[in-house]
Amino acid sequence: MTDQAIRVEHLVKKFDGFTAVNDISFNVSAGEIFAFLGPNGAGKSTTIKMLTTLLRPTSGQIRINGFDPTREQNKVRQSFGIVFQDPSLDDELTAHENMEFHGMLYRVPSQLRKSRIKELLDIVELWDRRNHLVKTFSGGMKRRLEIARGLLHHPSIFFLDEPTLGLDPQTRNQLWNYILNLNKTKQITVFFTTHYMEEAERMAQRIAIIDHGKIIAHGTATELKVQTHTSSLEEAFLSLTGRAIREEEASGLDKMRLRRQMWRRH
Amino acid sequence: MLAIYVLWLRQLKRYVRSRSRIIGSLGQPILFLVALGFGLGPVFRRAGNGNYIDFLAPGVIAQGILFTAIFSGIELVWDRQFGFLKETLVAPVSRMSIMIGRTLGGATIATMQGMVVFLLTLVIGFRPYSLAHLPLFIVLMFLISLFFTAVGTTIASLLEDFQGFQLIMNFLVMPLFFLSGALFPLSGLSPVLTLITQINPLAYGVDGLRGALIHSSHFGIGLDIAVLAGLSVIMLTVGSYFFSRIEV
Repeated sequence: MTDQAIRVEHLVKKFDGFTAVNDISFNVSAGEIFAFLGPNGAGKSTTIKMLTTLLRPTSGQIRINGFDPTREQNKVRQSFGIVFQDPSLDDELTAHENMEFHGMLYRVPSQLRKSRIKELLDIVELWDRRNHLVKTFSGGMKRRLEIARGLLHHPSIFFLDEPTLGLDPQTRNQLWNYILNLNKTKQITVFFTTHYMEEAERMAQRIAIIDHGKIIAHGTATELKVQTHTSSLEEAFLSLTGRAIREEEASGLDKMRLRRQMWRRH
Repeated sequence: MLAIYVLWLRQLKRYVRSRSRIIGSLGQPILFLVALGFGLGPVFRRAGNGNYIDFLAPGVIAQGILFTAIFSGIELVWDRQFGFLKETLVAPVSRMSIMIGRTLGGATIATMQGMVVFLLTLVIGFRPYSLAHLPLFIVLMFLISLFFTAVGTTIASLLEDFQGFQLIMNFLVMPLFFLSGALFPLSGLSPVLTLITQINPLAYGVDGLRGALIHSSHFGIGLDIAVLAGLSVIMLTVGSYFFSRIEV
């Protein structure tokens, strides 16, 4: 076992001439809580996709628990869990079925699967709702279920892409309690993105800020504040990335989110 | 193998639970059977072609299969961004097994839908000449399902968005159905229409179903099965290729 849960060296991703990720390098130690921040379109999602085997880098090196995502895909996949920005649960299945199918895909033996599903659904307080269809769940319940599901195969790294987006403070607080608890008791490495700066400041041991595909600052929250002569991470972030609003064109994904809402109504 | 099973089972569970969708999807077959079956029946009989309901029923069954299969394939577009697919893409299983599991699942529910429409045609007055070919009938339904689910999955692998959906409905699915001989006999057509029906995969499906249910087949059941099986293999291969290139 290596102490570096994630090692990234000179990582580059180009799409048809556009450089989304431009030669970034960073490490995340095992057991660390690491925040990956940046404005919209800065390269966060592209980086996460490369770390989680969904995209092939144009060049550079990645090691996840010592494995190469481009060559040892299944070893990498077995070693991390992920909560995506958009829900990836099956709405037409029950909470328990979603867990069960995940366990089967990750080849968790059936007895172990049973006990872990109970344990995890208890932790996220969904055991009583296990036989309800996911489409009857609130946004917060879905997130909790996704967290439980992502942990079912006992990953050593947990990726969370804006896990608290759109949730009320109570739910956010509760979710973070689960995550911090897991980090402490199971030494899980947590890699997360968020737009809530106070969340990053409170939870993360180290922070990297990416903009225009480059890592422009990294360190602890205190270091970033000292470096920028500011008193909060939010101010530090704004002073590093500028105050201009990033106008993104509505992406195909945004349009689909809209259409999906319309589709669902039928 | 386990991954294939999980994805297959998931499609099945979704289908069985969507009772309103199953019932809703019977609207069109009923309309075709009642409006065309009873409306054109007298003309058909006067032309010396026999009972139109018996002729039409296999075509309507094929239509039910076609729509269910294409849709379950195309559902991948949603699933890719907002559904279970993303979860499977980061799981330690091969893309190939995900594609095959999904397609087999879609094909199974399309076959079940075909069976439901078949039962419906019996209620409306369709009388198969014998049930001896029932196993053959099911095999044919499955082949039609498999091919068109693979077509749907392939299209979905190439689509970024749902904008092309209307295009696919109007320029692929509808023509496939209307030009398949589901509604009219294949003999005595103009050369252009004959050519079109000969290159329409659904025509072989409809023809095969007709052969199994009312013992009248234009191409011959052997050819129907060979064409459908061959096309399914090709489409699954092409689909797997495009599916393996999906980026989310």
